[in-house]
Amino acid sequence: MYAALWRVLPGPWFVRALILLVAAAAVLAALVLWVFPWVDALVAPSDVVVEG
Amino acid sequence: MTDVVDTVDEGARRRDLRRRDPRPSKPRRRVSVVGVLGELLITAGVIVLAFLGYQVWLSDIIVGSQMNAEGQEQSEQWNLDYADVPPTEAGDPGLTADPPVAATVGNAQQFANLIIPRFGSDYYRPIAEGIGTRDVLNKGFIGHYPTTQMPGAVGNFALASHRSSGGGNFHDLHQLIVGDHIYVETADGWYLYVFRNLEYVRPTGVGVLNPVPQVDGVDPAERYITLTTCNPFFSTAERLIAYGTYEAFYPRAGGIPAEIAPNVTTGAG
Repeated sequence: MYAALWRVLPGPWFVRALILLVAAAAVLAALVLWVFPWVDALVAPSDVVVEG
Repeated sequence: MTDVVDTVDEGARRRDLRRRDPRPSKPRRRVSVVGVLGELLITAGVIVLAFLGYQVWLSDIIVGSQMNAEGQEQSEQWNLDYADVPPTEAGDPGLTADPPVAATVGNAQQFANLIIPRFGSDYYRPIAEGIGTRDVLNKGFIGHYPTTQMPGAVGNFALASHRSSGGGNFHDLHQLIVGDHIYVETADGWYLYVFRNLEYVRPTGVGVLNPVPQVDGVDPAERYITLTTCNPFFSTAERLIAYGTYEAFYPRAGGIPAEIAPNVTTGAG
């Protein structure tokens, strides 16, 4: 999968690496900004109160 | 000239041969289902690891600093409201007898700040009324149990907040040391409580909210503060409780107590 991705990218190796790096950073930013907060609200233990 | 033509022809012939060759010298790895599945699983693993890093570390830094800023903003607003009152001597020893009692407020309304020097020199977290998960706790606020007393009132001022995620306001609750100072700021000024002890209870241990914590049917004579959060980390199996007793009150007119002055970083505004 990633090998195929590497093959279809244009340019010499450092251009491909740069493209992949930017893409990875974009994916990570999207995760931290939108996906993780959403998942966090679903899975985080939210019970911090004492009640009878 | 003919040489060049020959070379070109030779090259074309070779390329042609290579294309027809059923077994190339360097075989291309075939894309297999297992291979793709493996790469997808590795990717999923990396994302889960990143999420853990976010949940354990990054989220609390982001939300925590937002809440610190919010608490300081509120403090500045209260200062502005009191601007016409001439400040008295700095480092006022405080009034121990009959401090003002904070007025009750509506649900989810911010009415106080919690400042604990042990939790860092920028710790300045806002307190809102109520313990609703969505409208108070998950927004990064410390919540006040509406059934308990307000700051300054004889009895128990009980608070709840997240240990991790949602700002992680009580992340370091277990690190309090006997004698640590706990400040509660309201529009009137700063209440100083002194940390006494920790207790671990079951989630149903509502006795910690009594006017005299863990004692039933007794009229309180003292002022207590009770902080509750979940324990252990990332679990809801138990509750970690921290108790403090009231020590002094610093009126706003006297300025911020010297010990927590460095916690306000935004400067005069």
